[in-house]
Amino acid sequence: MKPPIFEYASPSTIAEAVSLLASRDGNAKVISGGQSLMPMLAFRLASPELLVDLKQLKDLNTIIIRDDGVRLGAKVRWCDIESDKRLDRSHPLLAEAIKHVAHYQVRNRGTVGGSLAHADPSAEMPGVTLTCDGLMTIVGSRGMRIEKASDFFIGPLTTSLEPDEIITEVHLPSWPADRRWAFREFARRKGDFAMAGVALFYDLDQENRAVDAHIGVIGVSDCPIRLTAAEAALNGNALTEETFSAVVAAAKGSIDPPSDIHASGAYRRALLGTLLGRGLHQSASRGETNASPI
Amino acid sequence: MKASNSYIGRPMDRVEDLRMVRGRGTYVADVNRPDQLYGVILRSSVAHGKIRSIDFTRALELPGVKLVLTAADLGATVPRIPVRLQPLPELEPFRQPMLADRKVRYVGEPIAVVIAESAAIAEDALEHIDLDIERLPAITNREQVEAAASVLFEDHGSNTAITWKALLGDADAAFKTADYVRRERFQIQRHTAMFMEPRGFVAEWDAEAAKLTVWGAAKLAWHNRRVLAAALGLDEDAVNLVEVDVGGGFGSRGEFYPEDYLIPAAAKIMQRPVKWTEDRREHMMSSNHAREIECNVEIAVSRDGRFLGLRGQIWADIGAYLRTNGSMGPRNVAQFMSGPYCFGNVDLKCSMLTTNKTPSGSYRGPGRFETDFIRERLIDIVARELKIDRLELRRRNLVADSQMPYRLPFITPSDSSNELDSGDYHAVFERCLKEFGWEERSKLRGKLVDGYYHGLGIGSFIEGGAAGPKEDARLVLETDGSLSVYLGSSAIGQGLETIMAQIAADATELPFEKITVNHGSTSHVKDGYGSYHSRSTVMGGSSILLAGEKLKELIRETAAKRFNCGPAEILIDGEQVSYAGNHLSLSKLSAVPLEVEASFYNTKHTWAYGTQAAHVAVDPGTGEVKVVDYLSVEDVGRMINPLTLHGQAIGAIVQGLGGALLEHLVYDTEGQLLTGSFADYLLPTASDFPNIRSITLELKPCPNNPLGAKGAGEGGVIPVGGVIGNAVADALFHLNVQPLELPLSPPRIWELIEEAHQQQLGSS
Ligand SMILES: Cc1cc2nc3c(=O)[nH]c(=O)nc-3n(C[C@H](O)[C@H](O)[C@H](O)COP(=O)(O)OP(=O)(O)OC[C@H]3O[C@@H](n4cnc5c(N)ncnc54)[C@H](O)[C@@H]3O)c2cc1C
Repeated sequence: MKPPIFEYASPSTIAEAVSLLASRDGNAKVISGGQSLMPMLAFRLASPELLVDLKQLKDLNTIIIRDDGVRLGAKVRWCDIESDKRLDRSHPLLAEAIKHVAHYQVRNRGTVGGSLAHADPSAEMPGVTLTCDGLMTIVGSRGMRIEKASDFFIGPLTTSLEPDEIITEVHLPSWPADRRWAFREFARRKGDFAMAGVALFYDLDQENRAVDAHIGVIGVSDCPIRLTAAEAALNGNALTEETFSAVVAAAKGSIDPPSDIHASGAYRRALLGTLLGRGLHQSASRGETNASPI
Repeated sequence: MKASNSYIGRPMDRVEDLRMVRGRGTYVADVNRPDQLYGVILRSSVAHGKIRSIDFTRALELPGVKLVLTAADLGATVPRIPVRLQPLPELEPFRQPMLADRKVRYVGEPIAVVIAESAAIAEDALEHIDLDIERLPAITNREQVEAAASVLFEDHGSNTAITWKALLGDADAAFKTADYVRRERFQIQRHTAMFMEPRGFVAEWDAEAAKLTVWGAAKLAWHNRRVLAAALGLDEDAVNLVEVDVGGGFGSRGEFYPEDYLIPAAAKIMQRPVKWTEDRREHMMSSNHAREIECNVEIAVSRDGRFLGLRGQIWADIGAYLRTNGSMGPRNVAQFMSGPYCFGNVDLKCSMLTTNKTPSGSYRGPGRFETDFIRERLIDIVARELKIDRLELRRRNLVADSQMPYRLPFITPSDSSNELDSGDYHAVFERCLKEFGWEERSKLRGKLVDGYYHGLGIGSFIEGGAAGPKEDARLVLETDGSLSVYLGSSAIGQGLETIMAQIAADATELPFEKITVNHGSTSHVKDGYGSYHSRSTVMGGSSILLAGEKLKELIRETAAKRFNCGPAEILIDGEQVSYAGNHLSLSKLSAVPLEVEASFYNTKHTWAYGTQAAHVAVDPGTGEVKVVDYLSVEDVGRMINPLTLHGQAIGAIVQGLGGALLEHLVYDTEGQLLTGSFADYLLPTASDFPNIRSITLELKPCPNNPLGAKGAGEGGVIPVGGVIGNAVADALFHLNVQPLELPLSPPRIWELIEEAHQQQLGSS
């Protein structure tokens, strides 16, 4: 299949890009790495009049690490995250999760902004951003706004972005060094979209009880979601088998995964339980020396 | 005098590789002709319906659109694709028209061809064709076939085309007296060949010379030329089919499809070259599908573990039409279910069901992959229930060397018999166990290690090859002393140029480097049969051997005239001939090329055979199956090139693992194909199965051809489903999980485990 006819523009400023987008009444689309959009065009699932390429925009491809957290420019690619060794300490959850995104070739082009805007229900970046209370910087005709991830993801491939808006940056709040965390997903082949995945972290109080638990899941709903019931089952409790079982039970009870050609909802629910259980055990053993994942 | 050549058996690097890896191959998409137009096919998005009207006026108005062809343009009776293998009269009603004729019967069926100045314009034009199709109930599975809410072919009146019967001995009598009888229901999913680049053609009509040239032929150039010439009303001589490089065929590429006719027909009408390149989505809905069967099969066994009989009913979902080789898989499932074992009594029926899905055809190891899954799983189930060691059970029943040739079931309605030619099945079986380290690994069986249950699986198989009737070769000793080989076999990625040059070098005693192999194009030899049924090496190779003898004779005769002696007195010594101490270089022998042609005829199949073993690890939490190790041991009689053969074995095993674990063409009950891209159709990738080993033996040369070789291009794929199924059952032995359906996807494994848990709860 060939894409339908479209016009192409490659502006050099964000303002120009926004005005190009605004000029087409919803019929213009941003193109970044093209790894999701090109297949949509080739299958004629999308047929924008105009593609606005971000490639000439400056300053959107840096990874900034400061005391208040990690800031990823919208054009940061998966391979940039993978090769930035600072992230192993500054945001190990992000570094770990991004290892699961796609294959070598795709990782050289796919971008953070593209993934967030595309909002695939199984994509890792949206899941991590939501789990970590990430904030997106969005620029449009009406100026700049900061959007919480929890308000941003609305449904499958659906976000709060307006047609003339561009994501410029995502900010993940700072990561304490001794935080307990895990990222687990399962895909049919390496690099495939996950059938289910979970990102979790919490801190420990004086009595070694979990506090501030964050548990976000991908692939089991029409967009990434936080499992508040499971978080509640973890908060304030010691890291015991009992606690973990309760967390898993709460998680399984609070999701209603869809069935598709790859798996039934029942399988996805069970799988999520397995991954969450394994993630919790792994998180508990972090900080201990020579801890190996269970 | 130098010793005669011995290229046969040597691991020669593929001469094709330098061209391919430097990007210098010519695939059909690389072929371009001056002034060419582009064709795009309008395909049905409705699975079953009556075409009320097709209105393409708006499409023709689009700038750059030249032509829209529909069935109405193809004459009073729309030509249909002839059945190539088993062309029984009772199959005629199910042949596919080149364009949908009054009815559509599957999603993807060609309805019209748009010809335009570019492929993009032609694709845009598709959206301007107004189709009015009256929907009919779709038939997509056996329940719907039986409910018969609609029939695909009203004149035939039923959705069952024909039924194959494989018979040997007296199965009913055997089952009546057997100590133990076990019956199971099995199911194999629809999946198929995904070669590297999809199909395509460039067709050019030379009006002045009244000649048609078509680039993109593969597998069967001569047969397809006959079909195409007949459909276009041309003489065969007026049609030239040209083979180009291909990234694999696997039985599917090169069969005659509607586009094989439509693109040349359009070029002839337009009087301009026309190019068509299939895209992957089209490939998935238009190239042959394969392997979808369901069955109830029974096995009869004596108390001491002797197989007494196989009996049962198989249903093969062949899709909407019977294409060129659509009977092959269904027939093979029935005829070869007994495999390398003595069953004595067989009564298997295989009914071919027409459904509103893409038509099916041969895919590497057609019917054999399916039938081996059924048989090898049944054997393990029997072993468990009779408490006989599964290795021992196989040993007791493998056909013995002394029983060769061993008769296979008689198959009707094509009325043919077949027999295993030779082999030491027991020796290969034991060799596989030894090389695999079966005993040592057995300590892990059923154990849970790092979250994975470990299990071992085994299965033995036979691989038929070398279908007749013949193959042709022409050898030309050029005036510069080099040798050109022209061959009816075709190259489908199997290293044909290398293998044939090795055989030609030994046959003529010329150096390997001086030989070029030309193949697969209808201008090379008068007749040719092509590459299928693992036949190229045996058939094409044997014809080269025969031609080599003839060429040597001709060289002697020619030299004898020069030296004024008798031909018998001439010695051929590498690149020169000599007589009584005088030498003459072959490059000085003749002012004109010396040319010979030979055919090798064969009516008997070759039977390579082997045993494969797998070690898997199953994660009960996710249902993941990891292939820890996989080994194939096969006896091919005689090896021409260990390297290329090794590649064939490994590639075939990976395809088998794809079929066992990943690949599935999924339809909904409306007949929509839900797997339209590689995001949903899961093909094994380079990192999925890193541990595969293959050992090839030369124990028993084939008695039926001068090379002693047995066809070996497909074998690897044949037992994989059964071997993996058995290994998974072994890993989950404590739960008595019995995989009866493929693919063994994580969700299916998880479901099997859940069911087993439920049953254990229920019974405790
Ligand atoms: C084979 C394959 C496997 C893959 N596997 C995975 C996987 O496992 N996990 C995963 O997460 N992803 C996977 N992907 C998707 C990949 O990560 C994409 O690159 C990513 O989802 C989109 O990024 P992109 O830069 O390519 O966006 P594009 O394709 O260019 O754009 C995607 C969408 O985002 C919009 N957009 C892009 N940038 C912006 C911006 N800055 N502001 C506003 N809108 C924007 C576009 O308009 C478009 O709608 C896979 C892709 C392929 C081809």
